[in-house]
Amino acid sequence: MSERGMLSRLAESLFWIGRYIERADDTARIVDSYVHRMVEDPFNDESATCRSLFAILGIEVESERLRTSETLQTIAYDIENPNSIAGALNGAFENARRSRDYISSEMWVALNTTRNELPKREKRARDLGPSTYLTYVRERTSLLAGLTDATLSHDDGWRFLVLGRNLERIDMTARLLRGRVVSEDNAPDWMAFLRASGAMEAFMRNTREINDANGVAAFLMLDRLFPRSVLYSLNLADECLVEIQPISQRISSGDVARQALARARGTLEFIDPRQLIDQLPELLEMLEATCFRITDAVTDRYFRHEEAVVWHMEEGL
Amino acid sequence: MGVVFEDDVSGAWNEMFSAPGQPRPIYERLLADLNAYQPQELRLRSEQLAHTFIDRGVTFAHSGEERPFPLDLVPRILGALEWDRLSRGIAQRVRALEAFLADIYGEGRIFDEGLMPRRVVTSSPHFNRAAFGITPPNGVRITVAGIDLIRDEHGNFCVLEDNVRIPSGVSYVIENRRAMTQAFSALFSDHRVHPVDSYPSRLFAALLAAAPAKAQDPVIVVLSPGVFNAAYFEHVLLARMMGVELVEGRDLVCRSNHVYMRTTNGERAVHVIYRRVDDDWIDPLQFRPDTVIGVAGLVNAARAGNVVISNGIGNGVADDKLVYTFVPEFIRFYLGEKPLLDNIETHRLEDDEARAEVLGHLERYVVKPVDGSGGKGIVIGPQATKTELKALAKEVASAPRNFIAQRPVALSTHPTFVDESIVPRHIDLRPFAVNNGEEVWVLPGGLTRVALGAGELIVNSSRGGGSKDTWVLNDESIPFRGAVPPASARSRRYSGPPRQNDEYIFEQGEQ
Repeated sequence: MSERGMLSRLAESLFWIGRYIERADDTARIVDSYVHRMVEDPFNDESATCRSLFAILGIEVESERLRTSETLQTIAYDIENPNSIAGALNGAFENARRSRDYISSEMWVALNTTRNELPKREKRARDLGPSTYLTYVRERTSLLAGLTDATLSHDDGWRFLVLGRNLERIDMTARLLRGRVVSEDNAPDWMAFLRASGAMEAFMRNTREINDANGVAAFLMLDRLFPRSVLYSLNLADECLVEIQPISQRISSGDVARQALARARGTLEFIDPRQLIDQLPELLEMLEATCFRITDAVTDRYFRHEEAVVWHMEEGL
Repeated sequence: MGVVFEDDVSGAWNEMFSAPGQPRPIYERLLADLNAYQPQELRLRSEQLAHTFIDRGVTFAHSGEERPFPLDLVPRILGALEWDRLSRGIAQRVRALEAFLADIYGEGRIFDEGLMPRRVVTSSPHFNRAAFGITPPNGVRITVAGIDLIRDEHGNFCVLEDNVRIPSGVSYVIENRRAMTQAFSALFSDHRVHPVDSYPSRLFAALLAAAPAKAQDPVIVVLSPGVFNAAYFEHVLLARMMGVELVEGRDLVCRSNHVYMRTTNGERAVHVIYRRVDDDWIDPLQFRPDTVIGVAGLVNAARAGNVVISNGIGNGVADDKLVYTFVPEFIRFYLGEKPLLDNIETHRLEDDEARAEVLGHLERYVVKPVDGSGGKGIVIGPQATKTELKALAKEVASAPRNFIAQRPVALSTHPTFVDESIVPRHIDLRPFAVNNGEEVWVLPGGLTRVALGAGELIVNSSRGGGSKDTWVLNDESIPFRGAVPPASARSRRYSGPPRQNDEYIFEQGEQ
């Protein structure tokens, strides 16, 4: 960390820009894999598939019978919902607005034009199907990720952004896999998941056994070189935290965020990959909890700002 | 033949033409250049300008909506000589206003000399007793001033009002120029236009010079009310171009009369605050207690000399339009100089004779509230209805201190692109001055605002106004720019592996 630190409010905004852009990207990927399944598989139960999609994205639904169109409305287009694609992009935009003096102009313009363009893309998607929308979102999020890395100084602000991006990625990969665990029948198959994670080609280059569920799970969880694997993201997140707060004392000062990260890394590093599939449910639960704990710890430590103070006139004088 | 310029009929001064079909010498070149464009082409460029502004988020917030501030594509030109006179007049005015503020928040010589009744100052809504005892280390209360000018029917520039609280609009000067050089680069190669991009570094230097003497390495911040403020874009632009933090009230905390900002590595001291928050909202301990955008304790920290608030607290009294009527006297009294810029002929309505005259003929005057800004509350007599005038008369009679009356001035007009034709529209000019304590520097040009409705006299953005890029021409001859470097001095570049002959591969494969 630079001695001077950076504005807490700014750090928080950057952290959330990282999270929201990643969330939009990952949600688009997951929705894509589900949409394919609904379109391609004539025997699938539309309502149950939609329900499983809602479940893995952590969105509550009330209605009994779910249709693809309303599911897309909530998960893709609903700008009020911070877990939807449009909502996540809007969240990134709102945070960018607050940190507009810090992020590069190119990032700002890219986010601003995306936000202006999105309603038009949504309209078109209603006629032509969601994939045009999903492709557009993935292109824009890739552009934003590229601009983040190429046009910002790699200082603490950038580190908070990358930390947010990786925490979100861990969380989303865990959710993706959980879809397979909790609702096996209505979730897309493993290959579709690989495709959704953009991991299909990287996976195929590494193995011949494409139907090995354990192999796919291990790749998404434990691969050391694939940038969307959980272990890879955990390592990157830890690097960010170390650089933000280097260890200067001989005895650790008890960093709650790093402690949670280290525990998750330790568990994954030393697991027997052949047994992975059996332990998957507990591991995914642990990962989700880890993401929550780290976010809380980082918020407490770096973003804490007191509640706005309201002053009242004294009465009776 | 390209664009057709509609002739002016209103009797106002036309900036471009001295008579129908007769361009002023300074505009000849521009007119020839613009005539080369077809109207259709101009419309496309105009749309492109609007589009880049929306993409870049160059907008102001109006009624909860982010709008671009329309940029007209016909630039306004000021000659070097004229600008020299104007900028000296503006600098003179700022120096006089500085002296006035120092005096009234100090010993009050002007009252003792009987040049101005004390009551004019104490009855001003923006006179703040909290400003007593805050002594700026380098004497500067007006780091940034925006002096609004108009050109009257005879071609004379007059001061319409002074803005020494938190004048805004400079970001549009910078963005307009950036957009115009992109869309009309050819125009710029035909003219030598003074650049405007040195403003942020001038402002930064002035803020640095204003820092408390004891601050070793002064930390400067821009204080903004936040993303919902109409001028948020400008706050961002200035902070970014000066390379300083943009903070909101909640980022700052006062402790033992020192101001700190909250960072990821604890609290960090702040020494100069370029604030874009009004006096009323800046410190709940001194002003409005219900503010959440200010910082509790800021004013005391300034009084203790640990932080400088810029522009100063209590400056608003100099913007008061009744005080405005005294500015020519300030210039004579404080500076011993002759005013270089005139005021518009203005009546003080507390004066019985003047009030009787104005109230008797309200339809002949423009009446303005003394503390209004943004065109708020102005009644233009010749255009007002009987009912409006009646209501106004009642208000003026009950509180004459709150109003001034001026002769209606037909603002000068300038050819402006509206709906594929070029028509005259009324304009004004807001130059920006930066005072670093040693000299007052005036940004070449400033913001020309244009009222886009035909005959409309109020140019503010909130009333649907637009703006023009404003050029101050440089007289000096074009300097030698250096030759193209010789081929041997250019660096070599490597390319990838040599390409294979595709045809050859194809033939081999097919055999």
